[in-house]
Amino acid sequence: MVRGFFWLLACQLAGEAMARGLGLPAPGPVIGLALMTLGLALWNRLYPISDSELAESEVGRASTGLLGSLSLLFVPAGVGVVQYFGLLREHGVALALALVISTVLTLAATVGVFVGVKRWIGAGEDRGA
Amino acid sequence: MNSFRLWVYLQTTPLFWLTATLAAFLIADGLARLARRNPLVNPVLISIALVATLLRLSGTDYQTYFNGAQFVHFLLGPATVALAIPLYRNLALVRRNLAPMAAALTVGAVIAILSSVAVAAALGAPRVVLISLAPKSVTAGVAMAVSEGLGGLPPLTAALVIATGIIGAIVVTPMMNALGIRDYAARGFAAGLASHGIGTARAFMVDPVAGVFAGIAMGLNAVVTPIVVPLILPFLAP
Repeated sequence: MVRGFFWLLACQLAGEAMARGLGLPAPGPVIGLALMTLGLALWNRLYPISDSELAESEVGRASTGLLGSLSLLFVPAGVGVVQYFGLLREHGVALALALVISTVLTLAATVGVFVGVKRWIGAGEDRGA
Repeated sequence: MNSFRLWVYLQTTPLFWLTATLAAFLIADGLARLARRNPLVNPVLISIALVATLLRLSGTDYQTYFNGAQFVHFLLGPATVALAIPLYRNLALVRRNLAPMAAALTVGAVIAILSSVAVAAALGAPRVVLISLAPKSVTAGVAMAVSEGLGGLPPLTAALVIATGIIGAIVVTPMMNALGIRDYAARGFAAGLASHGIGTARAFMVDPVAGVFAGIAMGLNAVVTPIVVPLILPFLAP
């Protein structure tokens, strides 16, 4: 548990340091995510571990625990935003329509291009687990 | 100490509001479970409504609330890093989908900005609102930085980002089913690109592969949108 959290925090810290220090365009946690993926790849090359061993490792269990409650983590920021809903009221109709139409169009365009390109290059479907 | 004074004391402690946040989420998640994870019963939206109501009824300001809730909020960073583990476990699948991902990322990021700004502009929203709206599909911290840099209102952007996340999380499952999309890599990628972390949370609820691709799309869009917004905004909101 502690070891798992340590590695998550250490990667985030390194990511924040790189984002600030090198002026990278991505946020610190996203760079931390890339570092953690690279780290896992290197580790696996030195000390090969199976998929189930990784899932059962301390990092694996910390990850599963956090991602299992991902929705919860957005609640504090969401509550903060409620204070600013007055800002939305003035242009309420325009903004509500813009958000709904844009979200639907973005979902459709993204999934359409993804599936289209995949078919075009001749890869099959990934139906998931 | 009488019970009123006890309450006055408790509602200023971080412990109370941290507990209240978890309680609100457990209630919301219980309702979502009862509704068999129907996307309309969104646990994030219900939790926010419950906590916001409690704050209003008790006359508590957001700063007092956040002193407790920050411990939950803090975990967003490590949770983003934690996406590396399912990502690594599905690396072969990710490699196979590199070309569709690159194409979908480019088109999706541009459509997200263009369509939102075009609709709001057509309905008469002023320039400062259009700037605040443009980065609405990326994670809140990044979107607020983009908005601020271009002269928007960061708090308005934060509200629009959270609203976009909730709309995407509600719409994505029925929409993908109606379109007959069964490729969970594609479905997840669209959810994460259009509606960042809240869309990713929804994707993980539906399917682990969808969750992985949603996380990747969220991360990639956090890099692409800050580059694209300043390039296309001058054409839309001169």
